[in-house]
Amino acid sequence: MPEDASLAHTAPGNPSFGFLRAVGAIVWKDLAAELRSRELISAMLVFALLVILIFNFALELDAKARASVTAGVLWVTFAFAGTLGLNRSMAMEKDRGCLDGLLLAPVDRSAIYFGKAIGNLIFMFIVEIIVLPVYSVLYNTNLFQPGLLLVIVLGSVGYTVVGTLLASMAVQTRTRDVLLPILLFPVAIPVFIAAVKASSGFLQGIELAEILPWLNLLITYDVIFTAVAFMVFDYVVEE
Amino acid sequence: MIEVRKLTKRFGMKTVLRSLDFHVEPGEFVALLGPNGAGKTTFLRILASLSRPSMGEVKIASYRLPSQAAAVRRRLGVVSHLPLLYGDLTAEENLIFFGRMYTVANLNRRVSEVLELVGLSARRHDLVRTFSRGMQQRLAIGRAVLHDPEVILFDEPHTGLDQDASLMLDNVLRQVAAMGRTIVMTSHDLARSADLASRFDVLSRGAIAASVRRNEINPNDLLAFYRRAIQEN
Repeated sequence: MPEDASLAHTAPGNPSFGFLRAVGAIVWKDLAAELRSRELISAMLVFALLVILIFNFALELDAKARASVTAGVLWVTFAFAGTLGLNRSMAMEKDRGCLDGLLLAPVDRSAIYFGKAIGNLIFMFIVEIIVLPVYSVLYNTNLFQPGLLLVIVLGSVGYTVVGTLLASMAVQTRTRDVLLPILLFPVAIPVFIAAVKASSGFLQGIELAEILPWLNLLITYDVIFTAVAFMVFDYVVEE
Repeated sequence: MIEVRKLTKRFGMKTVLRSLDFHVEPGEFVALLGPNGAGKTTFLRILASLSRPSMGEVKIASYRLPSQAAAVRRRLGVVSHLPLLYGDLTAEENLIFFGRMYTVANLNRRVSEVLELVGLSARRHDLVRTFSRGMQQRLAIGRAVLHDPEVILFDEPHTGLDQDASLMLDNVLRQVAAMGRTIVMTSHDLARSADLASRFDVLSRGAIAASVRRNEINPNDLLAFYRRAIQEN
């Protein structure tokens, strides 16, 4: 039974289910909107492909040198393309006041954060899935190694988790396009260092024991920043 | 329905609302009038739980803000001069999305009812970015009433609308008011407010300067009442 007449159209339910439902609704909304406009993924993809193409011409490398720079080039590409996507994703919420529309919903605000973060992560994965084979062909390097793919997943999660939080902060300012990378890159340095070291380790066939500390750092970073974002998002978006 | 006592809002050194008192009975339609910079939008954003009060007490439907914000938001609909809608989703998809966020029961049926209410059933499958400003604003009202809230806040809903679109919006507003919902609407347009509201409050320099019910004033005297309230404050 609804509590009162005003809630006649509101279904009663489990709060945890409501949280997951809100997260799912936001992810669905982001994917549906992107499927129509293709603004975000196409911008990220074109940018990422241009970056690896430019590096390919700029660095005329032999096989050994190629193996040592691949991890760096790959993560620079993901970082730049990711920043573009994060900025666009939050700008879409701000343009027509949609962020206020989301904040007015009677759900825990961390559900809004997780919905946006999962959507951004999906976009990042789509770009990575396309960039990896192109990179493999251009640089004649096999990137389809389970260890490397694990690093890419962990690194992308860390980057997106902190990036979504900072993008929601930056989007409230007039200089949001400039501000996001300035805020994000210093905070994401541990992710880049760990991801580059671990990726390089897998590409050069270094023993797992030597790579493990970097993987642990990535996992720790992901867990800590997910918890931090969960706790502070409410304060970040409120006036 | 709405009780505000000694509400103060500061942004840094600037005080926008000064010890403001405001009270609205269930079913009232209050037009909040005032010049630019009077604090109307800031006040509405606090009522909508989008901004925290610096001091004072705000209660909506007996729930306190900001501590019981989720309960307030469940009972609240908001229409601002921005549509708060996604241009790359259709009208129907927008309502389905917001319906999921509000856990609206029998969502598909409710979406059809609301589209009918705002006169957009025929355009339900069209992208919102192809809509005129007036149609977007009507759909924004549909979004705000989708979960059948007790209180609806309108922040200058007529901004940017031409005459025909404003008249259509007025019809939708009257229908919503006829459902017995409590409405607070900020506006610059005295003639339009006189036609719609049951009470007129003048907000000037961050406080309510004057208040009058529709049955206590001749609509033709509203401009004089408004000017006097601004000058005296």
